[in-house]
Amino acid sequence: MNQSHEAPLLTADNVTRYYGEHVGCRGVSFDLWPGEVIGIVGESGSGKTTLLNCTSGRLPPVSGTVQFATRAEGLSDIYEMSEAERRMLMRTDWGFVHQNPRDGLRMAVSAGANIGERLMAIGDRHYGDIRRTAGDWLGKVEFNIDRIDDMPSTFSGGMQQRLQIARNLVTKPRLVFMDEPTGGLDVSVQARLLDLLRVLVDELGLSAILVTHDLAVARLITHRLMVMRRGEVVESGLTDQVLDDPQHPYTQLLVSSILQV
Amino acid sequence: MDTIDHNRSENAATTDDYNFAYLDEQTKRMVRRSLLKAVAIPGYQVPFGSREMPLSYGWGTGGIQVTASVIGPDDTLKVIDQGADDTTNAVSIRKFFAKTAGIKTTEETEQATVIQTRHRIPETQLKEGQVLVYQVPIPEPLRWLEARETETRKMHALEEYGTMHVRLYEDITRHGKIATSYDYPVIVNDRYLMRPSPIPKFDNPKMDQNPALQLFGAGREKRIYAVPPYTKVKSLDFEDHPFEVQKWDQSCAICRSDNSFLDEVITDDQGGRMFVCSDTDYCQKRVAQQQREKTSNPGEPSV
Repeated sequence: MNQSHEAPLLTADNVTRYYGEHVGCRGVSFDLWPGEVIGIVGESGSGKTTLLNCTSGRLPPVSGTVQFATRAEGLSDIYEMSEAERRMLMRTDWGFVHQNPRDGLRMAVSAGANIGERLMAIGDRHYGDIRRTAGDWLGKVEFNIDRIDDMPSTFSGGMQQRLQIARNLVTKPRLVFMDEPTGGLDVSVQARLLDLLRVLVDELGLSAILVTHDLAVARLITHRLMVMRRGEVVESGLTDQVLDDPQHPYTQLLVSSILQV
Repeated sequence: MDTIDHNRSENAATTDDYNFAYLDEQTKRMVRRSLLKAVAIPGYQVPFGSREMPLSYGWGTGGIQVTASVIGPDDTLKVIDQGADDTTNAVSIRKFFAKTAGIKTTEETEQATVIQTRHRIPETQLKEGQVLVYQVPIPEPLRWLEARETETRKMHALEEYGTMHVRLYEDITRHGKIATSYDYPVIVNDRYLMRPSPIPKFDNPKMDQNPALQLFGAGREKRIYAVPPYTKVKSLDFEDHPFEVQKWDQSCAICRSDNSFLDEVITDDQGGRMFVCSDTDYCQKRVAQQQREKTSNPGEPSV
């Protein structure tokens, strides 16, 4: 974790979102520093994904602010900027890894085109260059280069997930949002994906916000942890601290529910 | 574009049962307002209240409404279908306007003031004052990449056209070159992405800086768009795979033209085939010209 930077990359202040009467998330505040990975854990319906969507510009909160340190202007409210700026941010400086790779991939075009899409979206118009970059990224996510022209539907779940990650990282984003990136994968594939994520985060100095209900995943790649319950953060701190010495009764319950093998 | 019904020719085939050019004046006014907006924002799709027309969707209901709204008693209409003046669709639409508007019709590109077209731009260079009306089946260039209309509109508004290149990338990956050969996407006036209707990409360069006014009508999808005279129209491509038009090894079997769009025609069931101009007017003009030259210079060998 790199604390030498002076300003946080993303600041959430009192983020609140209701669904009618129901609480999505309420009064959540946190700072994300450059190079840091924050995990959001909690059971289903605790507001993890709502919080992720609020902080990633996909769901405006009813109150509270989310600020991101843009390259040009420093900390700015992502819901105050124009939609054009926000969408630009989303496809350059941000990445979003969906739980189901089919949500994040273009299933009807080849792996190379999937990775190249962001490059073309920001104005890259040289076929050879785009293809070369796509090939490089396929290598980085442990693909054989000769799969570059294959359709994502011919890939296994784990491969699709790795392709989705490559597709997001190709523009060298500074912040990646991940919604249960290992959900639905079997354990050995999960382990490989986690290893890969750890390496990439390390090499690229990425910051990430990771939603998971799997405490083992959180332990492996997050630096800090926020435990959510009924839309509120009940406990937060360094990952090891929270998991080894849980203070809140709910966290204690969560930690003790893990099957020890 | 005065459409008041006082100048109708005394053609026996015309009918008084309809308003001039079939549509009522309120509808024409509505269509014209959309047309004005379309001309003001080149390439932008303007919604309009498309009417039921006495022909089925897909046969030119959009084009026919645009033609009905811009045509006046002094206009001369030409209608082509795949370049030909004598196919069912072209003949029917020409007769339709001859009957409901009593206007003059022609098969000659130079003589026409309004040309309604399906799938071609005439080979003969258009000139100022002419109006080219395209029949458009699907106006939205982003449709096969993004199914949501709300999203495609937003993409147009924010000029997010990167995904269009994904399609071309995929073409090159699969075929080694950009294989899209018709309805080839263009950027109009450096701003809006536009579908030029299913014309062959051979015709795309003709849209660029064309002196004629180009209007596009999509009846089923209820959209109108336009390319005003002398507007930049650029076909999408990659730096290392530049835009190219179709080429043929043959020249036209009838008029020997080697720079027009050729159709392959099967002549028998023994594998016999020939290539002929798709633009019938252009082809006939050239043949007539060649015959004139032959009769005036009988000593010269024919071309």
